[in-house]
Amino acid sequence: MHRIVEKQVLTPVTKLLVVDAPLVARRCEPGQFVIVRVAEAGERIPLTIADFQRSAGTVTLVFQEVGYTTQVLGTKEEGDFILDVVGPLGVPAELLAEGRVACIGGGVGVAPVYPKAKALYQSGVEVVSIIGARSHDLLIMEDMMQAVSHQLHVCTDDGSSGYHGFVTAKLQQLLEAGEKFDEVIAVGPLLMMRAAAEVTRSRGIKTLVSLNSIMVDGTGMCGACRVTVGGKTQFCCVDGPMFDGHQVDFAEAVRRSLMYQEEEKTALLQCGCRGGSE
Amino acid sequence: MASRPGKVKMPTQPAAERVRNFQEVALGFDAGLAQQEAVRCIQCKKPVCIQGCPVNVKIPEFIQLIADGDFSGAARLIKETNNLPAICGRVCPQEEQCEKYCVLGKRFEPVAIGRLERFAADWELKEGVTPPARPERKPGKVAVVGAGPAGLTCAGDLARRGYEVTMFEALHAPGGVLIYGIPEFRLPKAIVQAEVEYVLSLGVQLVTNVIVGRTLTVEDLFQDGYDAVFLGTGAGLPKFMNIPGENLNGVYSANEWLTRTNLMKAYQFPSWDTPIKVGQRVAVVGGGNVAMDAVRCALRLGAAEATIVYRRSRQEMPARAEEVDHAEHEQVQFKFLCNPTRVLGNERGWVEGLECICMELGEPDASGRRRPVEVKGSEFVLDVDTVVMALGTSPNPIVAQTTPGLSAHRWGGLVVDGTGLTSKAGVWAGGDAVTGSATVILAMGAGKTAAEAMVKYLEEKYRTWNGGGGHRPTP
Ligand SMILES: Cc1cc2nc3c(=O)[nH]c(=O)nc-3n(C[C@H](O)[C@H](O)[C@H](O)COP(=O)(O)OP(=O)(O)OC[C@H]3O[C@@H](n4cnc5c(N)ncnc54)[C@H](O)[C@@H]3O)c2cc1C
Ligand SMILES: Cc1cc2nc3c(=O)[nH]c(=O)nc-3n(C[C@H](O)[C@H](O)[C@H](O)COP(=O)(O)OP(=O)(O)OC[C@H]3O[C@@H](n4cnc5c(N)ncnc54)[C@H](O)[C@@H]3O)c2cc1C
Ligand code: FES
Repeated sequence: MHRIVEKQVLTPVTKLLVVDAPLVARRCEPGQFVIVRVAEAGERIPLTIADFQRSAGTVTLVFQEVGYTTQVLGTKEEGDFILDVVGPLGVPAELLAEGRVACIGGGVGVAPVYPKAKALYQSGVEVVSIIGARSHDLLIMEDMMQAVSHQLHVCTDDGSSGYHGFVTAKLQQLLEAGEKFDEVIAVGPLLMMRAAAEVTRSRGIKTLVSLNSIMVDGTGMCGACRVTVGGKTQFCCVDGPMFDGHQVDFAEAVRRSLMYQEEEKTALLQCGCRGGSE
Repeated sequence: MASRPGKVKMPTQPAAERVRNFQEVALGFDAGLAQQEAVRCIQCKKPVCIQGCPVNVKIPEFIQLIADGDFSGAARLIKETNNLPAICGRVCPQEEQCEKYCVLGKRFEPVAIGRLERFAADWELKEGVTPPARPERKPGKVAVVGAGPAGLTCAGDLARRGYEVTMFEALHAPGGVLIYGIPEFRLPKAIVQAEVEYVLSLGVQLVTNVIVGRTLTVEDLFQDGYDAVFLGTGAGLPKFMNIPGENLNGVYSANEWLTRTNLMKAYQFPSWDTPIKVGQRVAVVGGGNVAMDAVRCALRLGAAEATIVYRRSRQEMPARAEEVDHAEHEQVQFKFLCNPTRVLGNERGWVEGLECICMELGEPDASGRRRPVEVKGSEFVLDVDTVVMALGTSPNPIVAQTTPGLSAHRWGGLVVDGTGLTSKAGVWAGGDAVTGSATVILAMGAGKTAAEAMVKYLEEKYRTWNGGGGHRPTP
């Protein structure tokens, strides 16, 4: 059982939880994730470790309520418990030790990009961050990102704040204006990550993306999370979740992420009457 | 001589009914049937059946107690050497173990040792289990990694001897394959839970959600004060065929298929949250016990048709004959001498067929079985919308990769000596992690052997400490 030490409502559909998980906090590195199970009959869902506090033994999770489990998680308050938090899982991100890196986060993808930006910033790399959301009220972690970036660009699809357009359009604009990056890290919806990889491909800038495939165990045991990278099947949970964006078969990743679309609707429909699967 | 030549039959749920539910297929003996079977045992002076039991259950003695009507006494006797009898009584391949050696089996059917073991264990579970008295505490602290049959046995044996034992399990529930792999209708999860609880009642601590190699390393365990470590991490890594179309929606590994169904209870979706896509026509590729479990789950999950696709013929199938019979009674289809070449998908990326090629048997291969050879130009398409790959598994490399000094074979199995000692001092291993996929009882046997060796190691390590009254030895 893992106690929720702190809760912040970042947007109406995005919550931040600081959770007691001393064993995870002891070893985790940027790029890794945990698997969470909210209740006995619950699904196991992966969430990125958005931040960690080793001495306090806590990890920060930021999630968007997109379906049944994340909605149930969203009803948890400070002092409540999460049944299972297991990790850290996945391979820590291999981050550059010097140079200039663009960190791009779209939607809730800002949360997974944050620990990478923070680590880069702390090791002296010049960090140019581009974060975005559909509109200003859905934008998350602006201040946190500001604190770990040398430059921060905010974008909204509807122009309600910052640059009017997609984060990938902003990236393109910066590149066309002659800005140079040694690496790009892009995390967000699959289509955004694909677009980011397309922007950098012709320019030959290495681009890391973080894939959010469907998972069960998170330890390499089931293969639910398989993705094709460079023509080879990889297990996102143990070989990733960060991959070279130029090598990822995004069409397959999108298709596989829709595998349980009908069941997800069924689960949501009964959400109201069950009031959380306690 | 025995009064009847054949085993007393065990009642089963009728095939037509059971194929639509997840309740247990084999219903077990009642007291009367058990006693009828128990008196078939001729109580050999030198019982050879025990040779066939990797954990040395006192077979004729417990059978005598059943014959005498002391059913709980029988269970307690079994448990002197086997902590998991209700599990073993259900899933052990007794025809390859104890019953193979039974003297009666030379002329008649052997005594149904497995059914009797199950009966005694179930009886005791129903009547209420009293854990044995805790022994005197001995100096020494052991970490057991993995709560499958190997880990449970090693941990239980060490706790019985008085050592402090903590078991670390990666998943949220203990049991290993018993909980995530073997389906409810062959091994009810309540039984697994009850027997795991028995092991815990011997004094074993359990910590779930710890992946050794990720959450903690073996080095961390030593640093945290453990004197010895047992690795019972199993062989959980699924194999795929590497044929085109394998990542289409609707293609599962048997591990994913069974884990969703058994551990996550997808058959109760949506009252349990985890979904599974069953489809109408399911093909399961493979001929082992795992394939039989997967295909029988498919029918229970609601598939209209479920087919085994196997590249050799019926005689070469590694699955237990009993499992194949059960599957056949449940109307599972079998396509022998047939190997998938490609999974076909529709425009939305979902499976819509499995292209296979016919095979014929050639010369025997290394396993002694005749090697299947493709028949040129014989490709055909099986009309299916779900494909489950049950091609075997190999050990997960996480622990080997993160433990300096721990040697593994190229195929993943950990290198050990006769006692289960690995290449790293203070670290033992056993079960599927060492052998690759094998059986519950072999994993238990390995856990027992290692526990013996670990006791010696701990006694040796603490002897000087005790005698000298000095400081606690460092690992
Ligand atoms: C490595 C990794 C890190 C992630 N980090 C974050 C994060 O930090 N914040 C965040 O908001 N989300 C993150 N996700 C996505 C998150 O896991 C899903 O949003 C969540 O599982 C949805 O569950 P649900 O029941 O609420 O929604 P559902 O209605 O079940 O599904 C909604 C969507 O989530 C995806 N999804 C469903 N089940 C799973 C599953 N078991 N595993 C993965 N995806 C699934 C589906 O593709 C679907 O499109 C991450 C995913 C991965 C693989
Ligand atoms: C579907 C199926 C059906 C089977 N049917 C039968 C049968 O009828 N009869 C029979 O005798 N055998 C059967 N077997 C084989 C039998 O289940 C295995 O041989 C046996 O379970 C092996 O035991 P084990 O303890 O070595 O490993 P496992 O049972 O695999 O247990 C290993 C445990 O270690 C955990 N683990 C792994 N890595 C780590 C880590 N790094 N840190 C912490 N924990 C970890 C795993 O989560 C798991 O719980 C079947 C197997 C399958 C898959
Ligand atoms: S989630 Fe099961 S193998 Fe990756």
